[in-house]
Amino acid sequence: MSESVLMLQAVALTIIGAATPLLFAALGEMVTERSGVLNLGLEGMMLIGAVAAFAATVVSGNPYLGVLAGAAAGALVALLHGLLVLSLLANQVATGLAMTLFGVGLSALLGAGFVGTTITPLPTLAIPLLADVPLLGSLLFDHNALVYLSLLLVVGLSLFIYHTRAGLILRAVGESPSSAHALGYPVIRIRYLALIFGGAMAGVGGAYLSLVSTPMWSENMTAGRGWVALALVVFASWKPGRVLAGAYMFGGVTILQLHGQGMGVSIPSQFLSMLPYLATVVVLVLISRDSVKLRENRPASLGRVFRPSA
Amino acid sequence: MGNRVKQWLGVLSAMMLLTGAAQAETKVGFIYVGPVGDHGWSYRHDKGRQAIEAALGEQVKTSYVESVKEGPDAERVIRQLAASGHELIFTTSFGFMNPTLKVAKRFPKVKFEHATGYKRSANVSTYAARFYEGRYVVGTVAGRMTQSNVIGYVASFPIPEVVRGINATIRAARAVNPDAVIKVVWVNSWYDPGKEADAAKTLIDQGADVILQHTDSPAPLQVAEQRGVWGVGQASDMVSFAPKAQLTAIIDNWDEYYVARTEAVINGNWKSGDTWGGIQSGMVDFAAWNEAIPAEVVAEAEQIKSDIANGKLHPFQGPVVNQAGEVVVPEGERMSDQALLGMNFYVEGVEGSLPK
Amino acid sequence: MLRLEPRPQASKAMVYLSPLLALLLTLVSGFLIFMLLGVNAGEALYAFFIQPVSDSYGVSELLVKAVPLVLIGVGLAVGFRANVWNIGAEGQLAMGAVFAGGLAIWVPTDSGGWVLPLMMVLGVLGGMFWAAIPALLRTRYNANEILTSLMLSYVALLFLSYLVHGPWRDPDGFNFPESKLFDDFATLPLLLEGTRLHLGLLLTLVIVAGVWVMLARTLVGFQVRVVGASPRAAQFAGFRERALVWFALLLSGALAGLAGMIEVSGPIGQLVPQVSPGYGFTAIIVAFVGRLHPLGVTIAGVLLALSYLGGENLQIVMGLPQAVTGVFQGMLLFYLLACDVLIQYRVRVGRPRVAGGEL
Repeated sequence: MSESVLMLQAVALTIIGAATPLLFAALGEMVTERSGVLNLGLEGMMLIGAVAAFAATVVSGNPYLGVLAGAAAGALVALLHGLLVLSLLANQVATGLAMTLFGVGLSALLGAGFVGTTITPLPTLAIPLLADVPLLGSLLFDHNALVYLSLLLVVGLSLFIYHTRAGLILRAVGESPSSAHALGYPVIRIRYLALIFGGAMAGVGGAYLSLVSTPMWSENMTAGRGWVALALVVFASWKPGRVLAGAYMFGGVTILQLHGQGMGVSIPSQFLSMLPYLATVVVLVLISRDSVKLRENRPASLGRVFRPSA
Repeated sequence: MGNRVKQWLGVLSAMMLLTGAAQAETKVGFIYVGPVGDHGWSYRHDKGRQAIEAALGEQVKTSYVESVKEGPDAERVIRQLAASGHELIFTTSFGFMNPTLKVAKRFPKVKFEHATGYKRSANVSTYAARFYEGRYVVGTVAGRMTQSNVIGYVASFPIPEVVRGINATIRAARAVNPDAVIKVVWVNSWYDPGKEADAAKTLIDQGADVILQHTDSPAPLQVAEQRGVWGVGQASDMVSFAPKAQLTAIIDNWDEYYVARTEAVINGNWKSGDTWGGIQSGMVDFAAWNEAIPAEVVAEAEQIKSDIANGKLHPFQGPVVNQAGEVVVPEGERMSDQALLGMNFYVEGVEGSLPK
Repeated sequence: MLRLEPRPQASKAMVYLSPLLALLLTLVSGFLIFMLLGVNAGEALYAFFIQPVSDSYGVSELLVKAVPLVLIGVGLAVGFRANVWNIGAEGQLAMGAVFAGGLAIWVPTDSGGWVLPLMMVLGVLGGMFWAAIPALLRTRYNANEILTSLMLSYVALLFLSYLVHGPWRDPDGFNFPESKLFDDFATLPLLLEGTRLHLGLLLTLVIVAGVWVMLARTLVGFQVRVVGASPRAAQFAGFRERALVWFALLLSGALAGLAGMIEVSGPIGQLVPQVSPGYGFTAIIVAFVGRLHPLGVTIAGVLLALSYLGGENLQIVMGLPQAVTGVFQGMLLFYLLACDVLIQYRVRVGRPRVAGGEL
């Protein structure tokens, strides 16, 4: 294999690593938003997931238990969010932001004893035979379990949202909670479930950071990825396939600008660092021009308080 | 009636005694730009704070405020420390410079110590470490250990401090290996583990087999470990994160300085000044050498270390040649501290251009 | 079983009582948390809520911290009422600082009193310019402003970083990343000697009053309120949605930009890489805790400012890590947001009388 092919392969692998945590958090948030609930606490939930996953791995020695712990912790914080915005009807935007403040603080508090500790990261699982295929083998079939899971999740959620009854109900709840309620669906319970799923996925995204990307815990290690994930959901206009595309595009531009620097591109690095954000805006503008289509996708009740009348 | 007055006087004098006792304890305050759990810059300053407590015990009481953003908040926090009876205040980030001076003007009796700045006054000292000396030692090892002749550098922001480190590294590396070059990737953050790791991967993918960093997290070092290349720890010994890859670490060691300055305040002989300590003073320290480094390389590095310490060698001894091939410091001369402080150009061997 | 039952009318009493209840709940939970941490709870609460403002200097610092939060919050509140989701105020603030600070750096040192007003105008324009992009993209291309305004924030912050690390750094500053200190004519006058309390406070008060009048008395204010209450009704009434989007984004951008100008020409006095510790994001919370009403936003801004001052003081006095204050702050906000439910609903004990109820 020529050197440039190997190089491309290496770049692609780095991009996958950068995109996967975003993908988890964004897919979870997409489901949450499909039910009509906005969760701006993603950053906090990712952090809580990261610290819980790391702590559980240190204690148990098993990174898979760590992933589960990350998911559970994210779900738990999401439950608290639900209690506030679904049961107590608090404002979703503000509560989400407060949840981020809370998550940053709580994760730092819980993680204080784990700074400087090391773990064995989540192992890579090469799929037998397929991983040995030249070129594409290691690109597609030589990853850790979470990368496979994230891709399965994209497929699974596409099927779920568009081809199952439960997915239809989820969409109905997000579109028109009052009609869904009138039809006898438990709107609040469904929203709780969607929110908890979103929290769990944010937790897994955080776990990816503390178990795979950089196997360690340090305060605030998400460094704004929760916000990017949030933007990706809008970018994707609430479609799983587009979330995948968005996460990989964002990760891709981030990595490519680093490569540009390494190769000595003589543009100030601040401008290169802007590229992923600008690319997201530009692509969004290009795909949003069809206004009718866009309206079909945005959950109509997103962010609004709903309380079923008797 | 008389008795009551006596009772009151008794209580009053007891209170005065108590406050007197409290005053015998010198309060020392710290303000950190990051969380103490960053395992990098702020973490090492907090170690220095703990060293004061360990050394001076009951004579001192220390307190700190962490994660104070550079900007409008700094002045308030510094002033709060000054107003609450702290006699000595360490402000440990460049961005705290002007706030420190403003507060110092209002509290002439309080002593201030500002890290990495250049403005001083009667009650404001500055201190910094000559980390470039450490980089020069490490650069020698990097130049010897690299097989691809490409050294990767994960950098934070284009400020003189960072540029100095990059230049010192490549000068040392080329002194022992004239073919060595250095590639720099800026992550525009002091601290973003994920991005630091991605930058390290990028550099390795572009052929670097030694990764140096001027960012705070152990992430680049971890990547070096995973990819089987060399790395160097930043700020503290990070060997637990990369037992195979860490060649050594450049350790920020503020302990002695902090204890000495606190003692000076206690003894009443604190004076404003500027301290730029290097290997000699112990401010720039090293972790143990990796056992995989050949003995002659270690010996060479140790020699350079002691040469720098006793002044025989200067990392920016002329000729210093910039990227364009112009001689900036002629042979036989050393770069002045003034010029080092504001360093704003790359030396030859650095790839890419420095944003102006 | 506890359940919520809608009130026939919003409770006037609860409008005022619910924040007090939230405060009480915070005090009680704070007491428990501090006890669990093994610190003197009474002392800790005192250090958080009272001590930071126990002298006039403390109060002045409280106001200095509250000014940008209130200023940005009141602008965002107008937008949120009209369902325009500007969450990029942080970037608009940075652009305001860049525009205003740029003038301060480049005017000759013997300039006069005209500089400061011009800086204000430029700060406003900078914020408006940066908010106009999401407005244009939303009205012309349907691009969601949550995404565009947020992404553009990062771009603005990087741009500011470029300027102070590069062309705008102090020529006498050894290439360190900050501009020169602004001259006196480019610095906001102080209201109280010996403090940092600056003219921005008066500006903010005037603007808050202005927005209040605008919302209550003018046609555009009426439109904002109608859209917030019922977007359908607004459509029937023939309000031009686009005009409102432009109005909301430009107003909130202008105020964020002004806040940026106030910060660099007031408390900071120069351009630095980080002019705001996240005011643009915190102001979103301020807007909602203040129930999107100018007066409420003002009170909420002061309260949030106090929570930051208190957090710092807790670290100094009690030696608690910042993480604890973050958790405590989060809790305070949760209670404030949750207790507002009592304005529209009352809590009932027992099963609902009508079948089919929820919760």
